[in-house]
Amino acid sequence: MPPPDQEVLRRKDEIVAALRAIVPGESVIADPDGVRPYESDGLTAYRQPPMVVVLPHTTEQVARILKWCGEQGVKVVPRGAGTSLSGGALPLADGVLLGMARFNRVLNIDYDNRFAVVQPGVTNLAITHAVQERGFYYAPDPSSQIACSIGGNVAENSGGVHCLKYGLTTNNVLGVELVLMNGEVLRIADTGGYDLLGVIVGSEGLLGVVTEVTVRILPKPQTARALLIGFATVESAGQCVADVIAAGIIPAGMEMMDRPAIHAAEAFVHAGYPLDVEALLIVELDGFAAECDHLLDAVAAIAQRNGACQLKASQNEAERLAFWAGRKAAFPAVGRISPDYYCMDGTIPRRKLPAVLLRMRELSERHGLKVANVFHAGDGNLHPLILYDANQPGQLARAEAFGADILRLCIQVGGVLTGEHGVGVEKRDLMPEMFTPTDLAVQQRLKCAFDPDLLLNPGKVFPALHRCAELGRMHVHQGRVAFPELPRF
Amino acid sequence: MAAPISTDAVCEIVAAAHEARTALEIRGNGTKAGIGGNVRASQTIELTNLSGILEYEMAELVLTARAGTRLAEIEAALAANNQMLAFEPADYGPLLGHAANAATIGGVLAGNIAGPRRLKDGAARDHFLGFTAVSGRGEVFKAGGKVVKNVTGYDLPKLLAGSWGTLAVMTEVTVKVLPRPATVATVAIAGLSAQDASRAMSLAMGLPLEISGAAHLPRWAAATCPAGTVSSANTSMTLLRIDGVAPSVAARSQWLRDALRDFGSAQLWDAAASVELWRHIRDVGPMRGALDALWRIHVPPMNGWRVHDALASLGEVRSFQDWAGGLVWLSTGSAAQGAAVHAAAQHAGGHAMLIRAPQAAGDAATAFAPTHPALDTLTRRVKAAFDPANILNPGRLFGA
Repeated sequence: MPPPDQEVLRRKDEIVAALRAIVPGESVIADPDGVRPYESDGLTAYRQPPMVVVLPHTTEQVARILKWCGEQGVKVVPRGAGTSLSGGALPLADGVLLGMARFNRVLNIDYDNRFAVVQPGVTNLAITHAVQERGFYYAPDPSSQIACSIGGNVAENSGGVHCLKYGLTTNNVLGVELVLMNGEVLRIADTGGYDLLGVIVGSEGLLGVVTEVTVRILPKPQTARALLIGFATVESAGQCVADVIAAGIIPAGMEMMDRPAIHAAEAFVHAGYPLDVEALLIVELDGFAAECDHLLDAVAAIAQRNGACQLKASQNEAERLAFWAGRKAAFPAVGRISPDYYCMDGTIPRRKLPAVLLRMRELSERHGLKVANVFHAGDGNLHPLILYDANQPGQLARAEAFGADILRLCIQVGGVLTGEHGVGVEKRDLMPEMFTPTDLAVQQRLKCAFDPDLLLNPGKVFPALHRCAELGRMHVHQGRVAFPELPRF
Repeated sequence: MAAPISTDAVCEIVAAAHEARTALEIRGNGTKAGIGGNVRASQTIELTNLSGILEYEMAELVLTARAGTRLAEIEAALAANNQMLAFEPADYGPLLGHAANAATIGGVLAGNIAGPRRLKDGAARDHFLGFTAVSGRGEVFKAGGKVVKNVTGYDLPKLLAGSWGTLAVMTEVTVKVLPRPATVATVAIAGLSAQDASRAMSLAMGLPLEISGAAHLPRWAAATCPAGTVSSANTSMTLLRIDGVAPSVAARSQWLRDALRDFGSAQLWDAAASVELWRHIRDVGPMRGALDALWRIHVPPMNGWRVHDALASLGEVRSFQDWAGGLVWLSTGSAAQGAAVHAAAQHAGGHAMLIRAPQAAGDAATAFAPTHPALDTLTRRVKAAFDPANILNPGRLFGA
């Protein structure tokens, strides 16, 4: 992270007083014990207590906070529920942590037009809870949906196990109210101009602070059924996935686990997973009963053609949920067998899966750390969980090095650094593996259009923060910056 | 006119234009050239020589093509593998006095053009995964990726979708593709008013039927439909499309007919008729042939019919609805009524865009809705980030 600005730290009392003038009472937290709970998000390997925490209640307060901080040159880090897996909400020692948890109301539900307007602190699952009595739901379902906030989902463009069929957050958000770092409040939706909503979703809190979200709601599918399929080899499981898609079937979810993940999950939740297989697939079909039954038979036939050694179809809702119980608990299950784990998030072309897993085994031996894999097989999003012990000297550094090797591997085979967790702090320094200096300069100029003084969530996403005026002058020719040896920040 | 054959060649032209502050018109085959404001440019870059599918792995659900590739070529390659572009891009060519099947994938994405299926599967922007382009500074850059799930960096494909060539010149694009439904059927209810139709469509969309098209055609529009479909009905038609595997389509169609019983008895049209009908709606067939001003209006679905009612007093107003009422195609005698159309669209919670004008559209201020000043400022800053000298399609978009 950029070194703390000592001048800002010296002004802490003044900054706290200014924030208290905007948000009265206990909503400004400045004592060391009070700010401690905010020192990290879901990526606990990184910790940094913020200078001060402020928890506003209204859009007007957010606007005044940002305007004041913007004028005073004080950095701001927005935070939703703090479940980011990439350090997106990691505080700054010289920054204000802007907690959006108090924005927790569902404002309007319009069933006729099929949308809901909610505040950003509302949890993902609470949206579904608010509309389910009328038979609707909110489709994106990140595994942390019980805790993660919709504002955080917008920042990270969160996915989930059902996003192959129903899309990511960006495909399910219709509009936002956004406060810029200069305090201006904008309503951004399909207004006929540039699709600014499209870049705000997934911008990791670097462009503005979302104070209201309008999401699309969908009628809940009539039924869902799942198949549990075991394979003797990863290759045959991968071929089964490709054949399902090639047969024109887009399942609601299609998840794969490798042997270590299967064993960890089974030991934890006793889901009834077979232990003598190398890969396990969960394929879920949803929709009309007639459709589910038809497609279930089709997927089962494809699995058998690919040599499935275990095949079980859910006969009732309890059984379907049992199939999922192990997969949904895969992360904590791995947490039981290892003191710490480090979750990666690359996406690869699916056909490269066997080669990637083979190479990952070699890397595992080289780094001396075990790895378990869960895989959103339908869309190629791979979550290797690297097992390590932070109390053993050097293991965290080895886990990080192993993780970086895995992500480089994803890029080498034509994939990307992150499928759904975001770049954050974690993958920031790997961005040049995927993007040229020009690619990154173009993205940073967009950042400058929203936040010219680079005060909003600095230190995330971009490996080096160029001043905006400098970016405007910088001409990157054929991928090479002029005078590359000059320090840029 | 320049017709470059590579990304590097595009880069050279744009870099030189940036240096000389020469304005450039960026186009594919020009089938949508009349949309928006008149471009004030002294030089044209036509991208049709940048043609061809580069990568297509059907099981990966991803296709990469050069930007000037004809949409028809891509759709044929997909159809050969029982796949499709799920945003169902319309062919505006014949609507705007050009040939059919001439649109390019780059033009379709730059205009964020989508058809009836947007209701269920989203717009072009929702299927646009990545690109290579040349910025207004004459730099080659890429964004996004070639996999279906990616959150690495800002989602610039979405920003370029609907930017009408004003931010960068796309040279290679990657889109998500999806399986084509095995079969399709259409449930049709005759004789509803536009207001009752919006209630019927809303009811249908609230059921777990995965409806992939919902349109309301008044009598005159129904009469334009292909022979052998609803053209002889002599009344309005409210159409709901259901597709998927055959047993599911049969069960859902029956459920839908039962659910809509209060709105009248429903006919069922088979796959062959459905394909014809929805292509006609997709390509705005009912508005073809006329020369009056044509507006594309996006509003919350239940307000679609209200826009027409609000403008009826202008005279010579005709309209039909797609996207369950969320898209209104509305024609007026002349583009001079733009202020009234924009006001009505805004009052209904949406916005309008001029797609066809009796004479040249003139300025972008007529074609596009006025925006909020703060949003307009941000828009100009975004434009300047990509194209600081304003050399890419100047004049085409309001505020850019």
